Amino acid sequence: MTDTASATAGIRVTTSPRVSYRAAFWGLMVRDTKVLSRSLTQFLLRTVIQPFLFVFVFLYVFPNIGAGIHGPGVASFGTVLLPGLVAVAIMFQGIQAVGLPLVNEFAQTREIEDRVMAPLPTNMVAFEKILFGAMQSALAAVLVFPMVLFFPNSNVHPHVNPVLLVAEIIVACLSAGALGLAIGTGWNPRQVPLIFSLIVIPITFLGCIYYPWASLHTIRWLQIVILVNPLVYVSEGLRGAITPNLQHMPWPVSLGVLILIGAGLAWLGMRGFRKRVLG
Amino acid sequence: MAADAAVVVEKLSKHYRGPPPVDAVKSIDLEVARGEIFGLLGPNGAGKTTTVGMCTTRVVPTAGRVTVDGVDVRADPPGARGRIGVVTQFNTLDRSCTVFENLKYHCRYFGMNHRDAKARAAELLDTFRLADRADANVMALSGGMAQRLQVARSIAHRPVVLFLDEPTSGLDPQSRIALWEVLGALHDEGTTVILTTHYMEEADRLCDRLAIIDYGEILVMGTPDQLKRQVGVETVVTLTLDGDREGAVKALSVVAGVDRTEIVEGEVLVYLAEREGPLPAVVQAALAFGLVDLALTEPTLETVFIQLTGRALRD
Ligand SMILES: Nc1ncnc2c1ncn2[C@@H]1O[C@H](COP(=O)(O)OP(=O)(O)OP(=O)(O)O)[C@@H](O)[C@H]1O
Ligand SMILES: [Mg+2]
Repeated sequence: MTDTASATAGIRVTTSPRVSYRAAFWGLMVRDTKVLSRSLTQFLLRTVIQPFLFVFVFLYVFPNIGAGIHGPGVASFGTVLLPGLVAVAIMFQGIQAVGLPLVNEFAQTREIEDRVMAPLPTNMVAFEKILFGAMQSALAAVLVFPMVLFFPNSNVHPHVNPVLLVAEIIVACLSAGALGLAIGTGWNPRQVPLIFSLIVIPITFLGCIYYPWASLHTIRWLQIVILVNPLVYVSEGLRGAITPNLQHMPWPVSLGVLILIGAGLAWLGMRGFRKRVLG
Repeated sequence: MAADAAVVVEKLSKHYRGPPPVDAVKSIDLEVARGEIFGLLGPNGAGKTTTVGMCTTRVVPTAGRVTVDGVDVRADPPGARGRIGVVTQFNTLDRSCTVFENLKYHCRYFGMNHRDAKARAAELLDTFRLADRADANVMALSGGMAQRLQVARSIAHRPVVLFLDEPTSGLDPQSRIALWEVLGALHDEGTTVILTTHYMEEADRLCDRLAIIDYGEILVMGTPDQLKRQVGVETVVTLTLDGDREGAVKALSVVAGVDRTEIVEGEVLVYLAEREGPLPAVVQAALAFGLVDLALTEPTLETVFIQLTGRALRD
């Protein structure tokens, strides 16, 4: 097409909204994939190092210095850790892949501007953030799962329920993306250190990663308080799908509540996104 | 004209709750014809960016309506976005991408397939003399190059209406002229262009029609010539005086052939209804007040603005 013929001949003007929305959405995904592929090493490092250190310290260092930790009953600690570490990898990815970059894009670089001006509803731009974050979360889960499983001494004997596992992972990844969007639109760059101390650390330590939720019955108040933490439902849900021989919440509960929390976070995040983008 | 208008703005208002509360735009009406270059001229804080923001789906109006190419901007923001190109006052290039990718992905957002997007991006890099920077990160561009790239990106999807918010501020004269040439070419192709500026020469030279806007209101609207003629002045004499300026104004205003006199930013402006006839008498009178310098100009848009507001537009 030449420039002369084009001035009023917009290509998409003639196409239906559904087609142009889909094209624009796809364009956003392609762009994000390219940007991610360029920082793949960074992605791998931030995804793998933390869980690796966990299994290294808990499954290698501790047992070797005679400070071994056991799971409840006869279960190995590795059995407790496997779903927990996959869960935290998923959740973290949402914050790191969606939340923190978004904080900067809104505040300083304004580079989100061109994507916001793409011919699709603003909510879909926000949802693309969630979806692409969810895909990175899923990738993180795929990396961390075998790493923990095959770690020497992990002593895990999973009984995977594939259907439930896929369902749990999909819901968990989308919720993580939604959490990232809510954080990314709700905080400014000066508050980033606060994001870590107020959200990341408490969520992790009180996320039923190192212990099944049921085993907290001896500290009843804590058991109840941490029910606001979405990570609890991810850990417990994955426990039900990967290591069901260990105590876990019934899957309809963990999955159901996680869907509710995820939907709430998505609503919050999309509202925040619109607020940030529209004057 | 309404049926053929590219952009129609009706009773458009924007109130910011503040603090402080501001009526940034106060019920303005505009119509921009297809193929026109239309300018919004006004000082800082006049409401130019807010107006453009409302036309480009980014600022939600408090009241009123905007249609672009027949599409109600508020009812169908994605539809409107598909028809417009926007260059904002700030650099909004995608810093995670190269120069080439900025153009390529923009084309993808607007529905082009991979191959068309690449071809269009390459074509634009040539047109905008950025081809040798194709693989550079956008952070490595000079201000002028970044601005060129933003303009290239804004027209990549061949918009019906192009909005440019202060496109030449921060550009050196050469880059500015280069941008004017680009806009001229787009104009020739029939693209409608709406730009904001506070450079009078730019508005004068570039715009088919323009509106002067101040405190959120349109003061006048018309072709540059219409606006200048409307002043009713043939020549403006700018006097720099050492002595009593108030006295000078009084003395000069009674000189035959002088239309009006006023003090603007320390200089005495004398408006003559005829071209040169009254000039000797004006100089004669001014000498008594310590005349240091004198300049003769035809009325400019600046004259129009000063006459309307009693202030100079230049900051
Ligand atoms: N997001 C906002 N919140 C509150 N007030 C705002 C906001 N944006 C603009 N304003 C106010 O609205 C008025 C018009 O601002 P606007 O940015 O539209 O002016 P402008 O003509 O573009 O000025 P400039 O030449 O400086 O770019 C100003 O008084 C400004 O302070
Ligand atoms: Mg402005």
